[in-house]
Formats: sequence, structure tokens, C-alpha cells
Amino acid sequence: MAESPFKADIEKVQKEYGEKMTPGAIVYIPGSSVVNKTGGWRVFMPKFDKDKCIRCFMCYTLCPEPAIYLDEESYPVFDYEYCKGCGICANECPTKAIEMVRETK
Amino acid sequence: MAIRKPPITTREYWAPGHAACAGCGPAIVMKLATKAFSEAMEEKYGDPNAFAIAHATGCMEVVSAVFPYTAWKAPWIHVAFENAAAAASGVEAAWKKLGRKGKILAIGGDGGTADIGLQALSGMLERRHNVVYLMYDNEAYMNTGIQRSSSTPYGAWTTTSPPGKYSIGEDKPKKWVALIAAAHQAPYVATASIGDPYDFYRKMKKAASVDGPAFVQVLAPCVPGWRIPSEKTVEIARLAIESGLWPLFEIENGDFYNIKFQRFPKDGKFKKPIEDYLKIQGRFKHLFKRPEAIQELKNQIKEVWRILGKEVELL
Ligand SMILES: Cc1ncc(C[n+]2csc(CCOP(=O)(O)OP(=O)(O)O)c2C)c(N)n1
Ligand code: SF4
Ligand code: SF4
Ligand code: SF4
Ligand SMILES: [Mg+2]
Repeated sequence: MAESPFKADIEKVQKEYGEKMTPGAIVYIPGSSVVNKTGGWRVFMPKFDKDKCIRCFMCYTLCPEPAIYLDEESYPVFDYEYCKGCGICANECPTKAIEMVRETK
Repeated sequence: MAIRKPPITTREYWAPGHAACAGCGPAIVMKLATKAFSEAMEEKYGDPNAFAIAHATGCMEVVSAVFPYTAWKAPWIHVAFENAAAAASGVEAAWKKLGRKGKILAIGGDGGTADIGLQALSGMLERRHNVVYLMYDNEAYMNTGIQRSSSTPYGAWTTTSPPGKYSIGEDKPKKWVALIAAAHQAPYVATASIGDPYDFYRKMKKAASVDGPAFVQVLAPCVPGWRIPSEKTVEIARLAIESGLWPLFEIENGDFYNIKFQRFPKDGKFKKPIEDYLKIQGRFKHLFKRPEAIQELKNQIKEVWRILGKEVELL
């Protein structure tokens, strides 16, 4: 299974970060927003059907979070820790390989 | 199965966990702009990370930098509403003195660019700093609650241009900052839209590659500000291109006689009605009771095309 490109950031922030004020309000860990798991915002969830996917990269290009990355074969992988359920990926997918379904938590 | 190469770099400079609304158009801009920048820096200097960002306040600055966290994976400085271009100029001058190779990216919203930051932008362009200024245009001051800017289009509802008995909504034509930037004879000026993400990507790369200042104005719909469904952000930005409402062009060295157009119909006739673009946006809903206002909007857009040297037909 492909790994999130942000995995190292998540581990780094968890290990090193205190919430103390730094001189000049400098933030020392790039990409530290990864501690905010925005997947909790979601109402609808993108459901991916790999058989329909033609690997056009459109969903990967357009996800605003980003909550879509690519596996070893360049298929999209959905990261539900961060996906806010906006539905852009499903709306733009040319083959309807992504369907938005109501999530029950 | 064979591996396909993605059309954009897989390096990430915009991390998830930021606080932008679901479906935020400008968030897509942040992601693609930095990826394109890094590709350009890699090709030009052999170092994909040879850039730094100065960011005016506004939605994208606020949602990406909730202290003590940041969504940025590039050197980034938050500056005031009005001076992204000035701060970027300073960073660029310092890099030059230090002999450091690379380019600076300044980012501002339409309020931060068309209104309060216009003077700083003009100075940056005129002094020929090696900076790309990226204006993400969501056509109002979104972060403070949807007030109109000079880049808000004619007829749009905002909280400070409310339609009603005596008002059609915003009553002034949109100010096109790209044309003002081009008048500085900047090496590269372009408009783009997230409705054509790869065109935007190519233009950002070009802007980052040229020597000297560049300016890119990209249309980026805002979910609450435009009163649109979150999944329609990109579709609407595409309709803006297809209806002729959003000209895509490149102007080099201020040469208005040799403008390059993208996705311009050969016969000058746009195939999608402007109404298709307007009707899915709550901010234009009231216009459908005021056909004369829609006609006025069309006239204004035709006039912009005429200034660009094109006679067009709009539906
Ligand atoms: C000098 C100054 N005036 C007002 C503000 C308050 N303010 C913060 S963001 C903002 C609006 C930003 O609008 P825009 O540049 O279009 O960016 P958007 O929020 O739409 O992305 C305003 C008025 C400020 N920070 N500084
Ligand atoms: S629904 Fe939106 S946030 Fe979730 S993966 Fe698709 S584009 Fe990304
Ligand atoms: S947009 Fe659809 S077809 Fe294209 S890569 Fe994504 S899931 Fe596959
Ligand atoms: S208000 Fe608009 S610009 Fe701001 S985060 Fe939300 S969608 Fe993006
Ligand atoms: Mg704005």
C-alpha cells in the first residue's frame, strides 16, 4: 500500500512539537498543519471504483487539501484523515469512478 | 501495469490540515502554484526548493497559518494586507545580495492586490524585481465576510453591494489588474482559471522561469462567497472560460499588439451562455429578475475583449 507523502511530517510534529510561543512567532516545522485531521468535517465520502479509473490524474490535480495521493501504479489513493468531502473529485472525474456517499459515523 | 507519469510534480508544498472551506477554489491555486514553481526552479537552477513566499493576509494566509501550525512546506512569511509585493521585493533584493539563486513568490487575494496592495505591486513591477506576483481572484474580501472589492464583477451580490429595490448589486465594472500589470511592460503577465488547471500550471511555470517580474491573475471560486455547492468550484471556473466571461491570455513585455489567447474560439463565438455561469451562483440569483443587468454585464465583457483586440459574440 502506498504511503501518504505527509507521513514523515505527521511523525515529526507529534514527536517534536510543543505549543510554546517562539520568538517572532516563527513556526519551525513545515507542513505541521497535518496534526489537524480535517476528515471529521466530512458529510459525504468519496467512494472509489478502481475498475472505472483511467488514471487521468484529474482528481489528484484538483483536490484542495490535498487528500488524494498516488500509489505505485499511479492510481489515486484517498486519505480519509483529511478529505473534507467537498465532492470536486467526483464532479470532475471523467469516468464516474468516484461516487459521493453519505457517511455514517 | 505500466506506471503513468503524473502531469504535475508529486512534491508537496501545501499540506492538508489547513482550515479552508471544503471545496475552496483558492486552496487548489496554492497547491498547484507551488508545485509549478518548484518544477520551474528545478529546471532552471537544479533546486526545486529555490523559492520563498511572501503572503498578504486574506483567506489563504489565515487558513494556512493558524499558529503554532503551518500548511506550508516552503519558506513563507505572513505580511500585512497591503505589502506582499513590497516584502517579496525586499526578500528578492536580499537573496540577490547573498548571491542566492531562486525566485520569490508573492501571493495576494483580489482585495490585497486590486485595492490596498496595488501601489506595492506597481513598485515591484517597475523596479523589475525577480518576483512572481500571484493574485488569486475570488472576487471579494472573503476572509472578513464577503465585502466587495474593485475586482468584484458587475451585478454580484456581496454584503456591501446588496441587491434590492434601488440596487442591482455591485454597480461598477470589474477592474482587470492583469491589464494594469501588463502596462508596466513586465516580462510576463497572464490570466488563468482553476477551470483549466493545466493551463494555470503551465503559466505559473512560465512566470517562475522568466527573468524579472511576472504577474498571474487566476480565477478561483469561493464556496460561501459565491453561494455555490462545494463540488462545483472547478466546474464554475471552467464555465467562466467557456462562456467568454473570463479571457485567458498572456502578455509579454507589455506588447498589447501580440497578446496570446488560450481556448479562444476560432470564430470568436463563445458556445456556452453566460447565463449557465450565472445561474449556479447564488451571488447572481437576483439578476434573473433584471435581464437588463445581465445585458449590461455582457456589454462590459465584450468591451474588455475589444480592448484585448477581439470582437466576440456572447450567448
Ligand atoms: C490594513 C488592513 N485592513 C484590513 C484588514 C482586514 N482584512 C483581513 S483579510 C481582508 C480581506 C482580504 O480580501 P482578499 O485580499 O480578497 O482575500 P480573500 O480573503 O478574499 O482570500 C481584510 C479586509 C487588514 N488585515 N489589514
Ligand atoms: S471529496 Fe474533496 S477533499 Fe475529499 S478527496 Fe475528493 S476533492 Fe479531496
Ligand atoms: S479523476 Fe477519475 S479516472 Fe481520473 S484518476 Fe481520478 S478516479 Fe481515476
Ligand atoms: S471563504 Fe472562500 S476563499 Fe475563504 S476558505 Fe472558504 S472557500 Fe476558500
Ligand atoms: Mg478575495
